[in-house]
Amino acid sequence: MISFELNGKSVNCAADPGMRLSEALRRTLGQTGVKSGCDAGDCGACTVLADREPVCACLVPVAQVEGARIETVEGLAGSDIGARLQKAFLARGAAQCGICTPGMLMAATALLAQTAAPDRAAIADALGGVLCRCTGYSKIIDAVADAAQGRAAEMLTPSSGAAVGAPIARLDGRPKVMGTEPYGADAVPAGALWVRAVRSPYHRAGFRFGDLDGYSRAHPGLARILTARDIPGRNVFGVIPPFADQPVFAEGETRFRGEAVAAVVGERAVIEALDLALFPVIWDERPAVLGIAEALAADAPQLHAKRAGNVLVKGRVARGDVGQGFADAAVTVEGVFETSFVEHAYIEPEAGWARRVGERIEITASTQSPYMDRDDTAAIMGLPPESIRIIPSACGGGFGSKLDLSVQPYVALAAWLTGQPVAMVYSRPESIQSTTKRHPAIMRSRMAATREGDLLAMDFEGDFNTGAYASWGPTVANRVPVHASGPYVVPNYRAETRAILTHCVPAGAFRGFGVPQTVIAQEQMLDMLAAKLGLDALEFRIRNALTEATPTVTGQVMGDGVGIRACFEALRPAWQKLRQTADAFNTQAGAMRRGVGVAGMFYGCGNTSLPNPSTIRFGVKPDGRLALHQGAVDIGQGSNTAIAQIAADAVGLPVAMIDLVSPDTDLTPDCGKTSASRQTFVTGKAAELAGRALRRQLLRLANAGEGAGLELAAGILRVDEGGVIRTVDLGALARGPHGYVLCAEETFDPPTAPLDANGQGIPYAVYGYGAHLAEVEVDIRLGLVKVLRIVAAHDVGRAINPVLVEGQIEGGVAQGIGMALMEEFTPGRGENLHDYLIPTIGDVPPIDSILVERASSVGPFGAKGIGEQALIPTAPAILNAIHHATGARLTRTPATPERVLAAIRAARTT
Amino acid sequence: MYARPMTVEEAARAMQAPDALALCGGTDVYPAHAGKALSRPLVDLSRVEGLRGITQGSGEIRIGAATTWSDIVAADLPPAFDGLKAAAREVGSVQIQNRGSIAGNLCNASPAADGVPPLLTLDARVEIASVTGRRMLPLAAFITGYRKTALAPGEIVTAVTVPLPGTGARSAFVKLGARRYLVISILMAAALVERDSAGRIIRAAIAVGAASPVAQRLPALEQDLRNLAPGERPSTRVAPQHLAPLAPIGDVRASADYRLDAAITVIGEALDRAVGVL
Repeated sequence: MISFELNGKSVNCAADPGMRLSEALRRTLGQTGVKSGCDAGDCGACTVLADREPVCACLVPVAQVEGARIETVEGLAGSDIGARLQKAFLARGAAQCGICTPGMLMAATALLAQTAAPDRAAIADALGGVLCRCTGYSKIIDAVADAAQGRAAEMLTPSSGAAVGAPIARLDGRPKVMGTEPYGADAVPAGALWVRAVRSPYHRAGFRFGDLDGYSRAHPGLARILTARDIPGRNVFGVIPPFADQPVFAEGETRFRGEAVAAVVGERAVIEALDLALFPVIWDERPAVLGIAEALAADAPQLHAKRAGNVLVKGRVARGDVGQGFADAAVTVEGVFETSFVEHAYIEPEAGWARRVGERIEITASTQSPYMDRDDTAAIMGLPPESIRIIPSACGGGFGSKLDLSVQPYVALAAWLTGQPVAMVYSRPESIQSTTKRHPAIMRSRMAATREGDLLAMDFEGDFNTGAYASWGPTVANRVPVHASGPYVVPNYRAETRAILTHCVPAGAFRGFGVPQTVIAQEQMLDMLAAKLGLDALEFRIRNALTEATPTVTGQVMGDGVGIRACFEALRPAWQKLRQTADAFNTQAGAMRRGVGVAGMFYGCGNTSLPNPSTIRFGVKPDGRLALHQGAVDIGQGSNTAIAQIAADAVGLPVAMIDLVSPDTDLTPDCGKTSASRQTFVTGKAAELAGRALRRQLLRLANAGEGAGLELAAGILRVDEGGVIRTVDLGALARGPHGYVLCAEETFDPPTAPLDANGQGIPYAVYGYGAHLAEVEVDIRLGLVKVLRIVAAHDVGRAINPVLVEGQIEGGVAQGIGMALMEEFTPGRGENLHDYLIPTIGDVPPIDSILVERASSVGPFGAKGIGEQALIPTAPAILNAIHHATGARLTRTPATPERVLAAIRAARTT
Repeated sequence: MYARPMTVEEAARAMQAPDALALCGGTDVYPAHAGKALSRPLVDLSRVEGLRGITQGSGEIRIGAATTWSDIVAADLPPAFDGLKAAAREVGSVQIQNRGSIAGNLCNASPAADGVPPLLTLDARVEIASVTGRRMLPLAAFITGYRKTALAPGEIVTAVTVPLPGTGARSAFVKLGARRYLVISILMAAALVERDSAGRIIRAAIAVGAASPVAQRLPALEQDLRNLAPGERPSTRVAPQHLAPLAPIGDVRASADYRLDAAITVIGEALDRAVGVL
């Protein structure tokens, strides 16, 4: 028994003395606010205070805290500093997904206890050991500074009709700052069984099992071993049903390192103690193809019999006459660009649990796509979709990877077969090994322009390494050709893509579906063209920017809401000033060079020419409160708040009247997946429609006209029409099937049109637009790049909640910095967060967000998506800035010090 | 087994258990077991009397094995230890510095251990104990290879000792990494420089980490820097031939060639900082 003080109270802990303090706190003392992100001290999410010092609880044996004073996020509200920090984090929007928030709060508490008024550098030093993948850190620094200075955090409560456009605090924020938000691993019932997967250590291997019965007998407490034979339905899943090809358990051969072949189920302690390297499976390692060129070789092993030449799918968009365009051009440029696997690196590894309820299965797990999870798991289990209930837990970051199944089939199968609740929590190495990545791309591109500086033609070929299974490879292959032009008028255009199968972990969805890769080519080539023409790089972009009247490369003319030119123009003052500053700086001889770069983007919101409806149910309860069945999973981006703001203004009642009914396939209609920057746009529009429909019902009750004001209080509806007041007793009304006295349910599916064989058509109803400016400093001796500033202008149509929009921009920028400078995953190497690097608080500079609002007539209140848009232009803006600073062109990302130095030297010798 | 010895003798006895693993701050032991069970017998050295803290004896400074990086940052030490302090601030994060011990950093024997280059320039020695007694080894002999030390089964490190440097000695540490915090070095260099009253260098010690299986001193460079006049930047004297002791590998962080290339700059910066011209 280990005794210590926990948040001011004496506790006795019965854990094994060598157990990590983080696990002892979570398991035996209920402190699930202590988050486990890596078990290696790399992420800091588990930071607690031990005798007032911040420590990673995952690295401390619980025995070592005997007699110590331990403080966790659960105890913070009782202290002045802690309460101030919690309020400031909430008011500033410093918690997005919230998984890093407890660690941030504890590290900040230790700082403020020592330093009453820390500057930004001191805040960064103190928080440098906690990684955040959502916020870009800016709002966290602001919140700590606010709390230090005792600035009162303003909490807005907008009145009727004033919610849209108000920077209100997130409606689901309080549990995030209190540490009570239940993520995938946090709400597992006591006594649940545990499941772990046995995974291939080889990129490709045949295998057979040894004595499984003997293994079971040798491990009392091991309840079951699961393999492909145990799957009652089909042993295949995939996010795009016609392409589904990934097995839950491999059969005969594994196709990537980390692919599961079996799973062990049993008592938690027993399962966790197993050394799965000793599991009875005999591997036969086979030659693997990891790169695109190897996979395309004539004698390459074929990943899937039905996919000849390892080509999963091709995409194409063509317009005009490319040959003629180049023939007519005054200048042309060409280049080959290559990008790397990028890991999502959310701080919450995949986790969840399931239980069998009669002939149904309930799965509580971290996900971005409850209905897709339901349907795919049902097929695996051989059950009708209605027999699976998906209850998304809080999601500690997704960014695209939690669209695909991870733990769900394993916990479902294990719970079904054992009849007991079963949980699964991925370790960090397991998460990195087995879940999807951003596609590495090899892109060959040519662009041409007239002497005057009008773009004439572009010819683009992109191959994307899609790994061993389809996942979102088809989406990338189809989305890229639509976007490879960037937000410019390109009259003669051809873009062809292929998704290539390799023996790598599947590449899937990651914030931008391939577009962040293509802008690295296109935006650098625009700079090359501008330089050849002797034009200013920003003015060249403005000259060629799409307008409301010009067609995209698919022939779509928007008609309204095209803000790309306005975004570029918004950057002009900073561009001119900072370019001059950099040029002046560079006249001094020294090791440092400064540069300023720009890049633009457009990005279609929602699925590419495919239906993707959302349905919102909005009811009035007998007590007069509103119930918003909001089925869009909030993975930190803020849909719980933004969609409620839209619904509130549509119905004409204060947002504070709304009670959210969180995503649950039994309770909320399908709002589709949280991806493709579609939730504010698509689900938001459904919420607007439902709100307006509900308003009509309310007005009808009082025979009032559209202009009347509504009030709901204590079960009474009060309608004010030009001073004439009418009241309705809601309690007297009959209740509908969902228990509401009034209820509206509306669906929105964005109007798109199919693409023809040349990719002509209307792939998206709405695009978001944006442009970033990056200022960098390069150490030309070492190739080390420091980003000094980002200015980000985004046309979001209408900023439903400006704080949330800024949060998306700042977080997107941080991921863009990572993609530009440090993030590269090599399958089989560095399956942890100290070899795989993401930006820390010291790597993200000040970010100036400029919100441009060119309303779209389609979106709710004119709004467009921002989630992916925010990331897309950052990397090429940085790469262009490096070129401005040094003359070096980076054609391979990430631009590590080594690659930058090599490019600087190459530029000098040519 | 989880042993909690209170004395060095008890610790040495506990280490007799087959396959016993010494544990102090846990900042290397636990990361090595992410996603795996930790089943080896553990000997927790964190409460062993006399193992934590810094003391000055006759002619040497003794840093107890369990002394944390935060302890070193906070300690009142001569300027010759500035490089060690700078390295201490670069170990992982504040959270890691609050737990990780100096001896753990040496025993883990990572080529990228932040503590090793500055301790090499300080001519540190390692004090080792076991049931059969105590012995001392120079640090350079203690770490024998990639994640290998001279520790025999059953032995533990009890202290790191440093001969008192001359009062004029100054030192610095420079770490090259791909991000600001929580980063494993691509390369690092520690420099310690002692000058006479006229400012002329009378002794230089330079060590480079993450560029060979074990961090290396650069004797040829140290020799070439002797008698360098006060007005001259030592960085201008660093040349490729001085790097002969280095044998870098290519890994996820950088190639071998880049490491050698960057070493010239990083060593130069450490030297210039040590003599106060940066």
